[in-house]
Amino acid sequence: MYVAVKGGERAIDAAHAFLAEDRRGDPGVAELSVAQIRQQLALAVNRVMAEGSLFDPDLAALAIKQARGDLIEAIFLIRAYRTTLPRHGASRPVDTGAMACVRRISATFKDAPGGQVLGPTFDYTHRLLDFALLADGEVPPAPQAPPREGPVPHVTDFLGRDGLIEPVPPCDDAPRDLTREPLELPADRALRLQALARGDEGFLLGLAYSTQRGYGRTHAFVGELRIGTVAVEMDIPELGFAVGIGEIEVTECETVNQFKGSRTEPPQFTRGYGLVFGQTERKAIAMALVDRALRWRELGEDFAGAPAQDEEFVLSHADNIQATGFLEHIKLPHYVDFQAELELIRRLRAEAMASPEAAE
Amino acid sequence: MTQGRPESDPTISDRQGWMGLLARAAPDRLAELMPGPLPTHALLRAPEIGAVMVRGRIGGTGAPFNLGEMTVTRCSVRLEEGTVGHAHVQGRDRDHARRAAVIDALMQGPGAEAVKRSVLDPLARDEAARRHARAARAAATRVEFLTLVRGEDA
Repeated sequence: MYVAVKGGERAIDAAHAFLAEDRRGDPGVAELSVAQIRQQLALAVNRVMAEGSLFDPDLAALAIKQARGDLIEAIFLIRAYRTTLPRHGASRPVDTGAMACVRRISATFKDAPGGQVLGPTFDYTHRLLDFALLADGEVPPAPQAPPREGPVPHVTDFLGRDGLIEPVPPCDDAPRDLTREPLELPADRALRLQALARGDEGFLLGLAYSTQRGYGRTHAFVGELRIGTVAVEMDIPELGFAVGIGEIEVTECETVNQFKGSRTEPPQFTRGYGLVFGQTERKAIAMALVDRALRWRELGEDFAGAPAQDEEFVLSHADNIQATGFLEHIKLPHYVDFQAELELIRRLRAEAMASPEAAE
Repeated sequence: MTQGRPESDPTISDRQGWMGLLARAAPDRLAELMPGPLPTHALLRAPEIGAVMVRGRIGGTGAPFNLGEMTVTRCSVRLEEGTVGHAHVQGRDRDHARRAAVIDALMQGPGAEAVKRSVLDPLARDEAARRHARAARAAATRVEFLTLVRGEDA
């Protein structure tokens, strides 16, 4: 039975007007500008760019304003917008070794060349509410020191020099693209990293934590965590050479994991890798742990049945827009579906009542 | 693995230098340094907002993977005397792309030195100052383990 339902338009229009008014809040309180969100809620902006999979801080800030601070709704807006953009091409792979780092720490080597640079971090704060922020006030200028020149080498290079960590074979094959073709399993590592880079931070955090607690344990150390800007370059066909098309802030995490060796490989450390748009270090660390857990087959490890090792489970559920779309659609009208269920239950009950057992 | 390395041809590496600088410039600042009206030009490709897929490498140095997209606006122009200029600039500002393409064309002509002085040099100074400001603050957060036990100043 098909029942056309109309008549919601006026209610919907009124609901959206109500939403707009609530979004604005008390008109006696100054309106928030997109520039303020971009500047002062930068980590929310970064998360929306990372999971929206589009680096554009102004758009992400606008989406956060429109979504009233609901970051998954903001990510949804960015994902919808990006589908309207023509693809101008693909960049050359960014060189994170040449990153202009504002933060660079290693949990494995105290004296890593290039040093431990803390950057603008919450680490070592006391996590006490700062009531001074209730009042407007000038921020004292941060101290400065002469910067060191030259690129900062990756910490894992030092282990690689002695053959103590698995090598990373150089390669220039064009990766498959999740946004252009449906996800097919098994996925290669490049495709998995794309899915993880745009995956939900909370989901990856939970999975990564599960590996630390023993569900697919990989004994991860943060070999290095770095945050900073990298140049983005693209080959321009009409020019015949590559030019810089901008620069982006990224967070990179390399984990160093225990590995006892296999039939083909000597005992050595292995790697997990995380790379995420913006200053997003919780996500980058989680990504690296989940990346490493998913590599069990390639490294000849046992499948312990842990969720973080299950490629199909991880990749099918990491995307919060797919997840929220399917989850939230069940609140929308299902009158006809439910009518059918209701009739089925009534018929089954009637049959059960009429059967001989029920009569006794 | 060739990125960041200037091409061997100096005219190409110069052009890469200014095109990259223009791509990274703040649109407002560029408009301030090069106010309208722009020199007469024809649009070979009108400013077009789009996306570029940014790639990373597995483990920093391995096989490429798709990290996510960034917004990029491109534009191509031809000046009256026939020089063609191209631009691919970060973000969604059409005027930014158009201005960058016009400057790219001007930089290939006889007025290059003047444009460099009035537009590119200030942009390069802005960028260097911005980078230095971040780098200097980061440098102040470097942990100096060894200085903790330095005793001769006591």
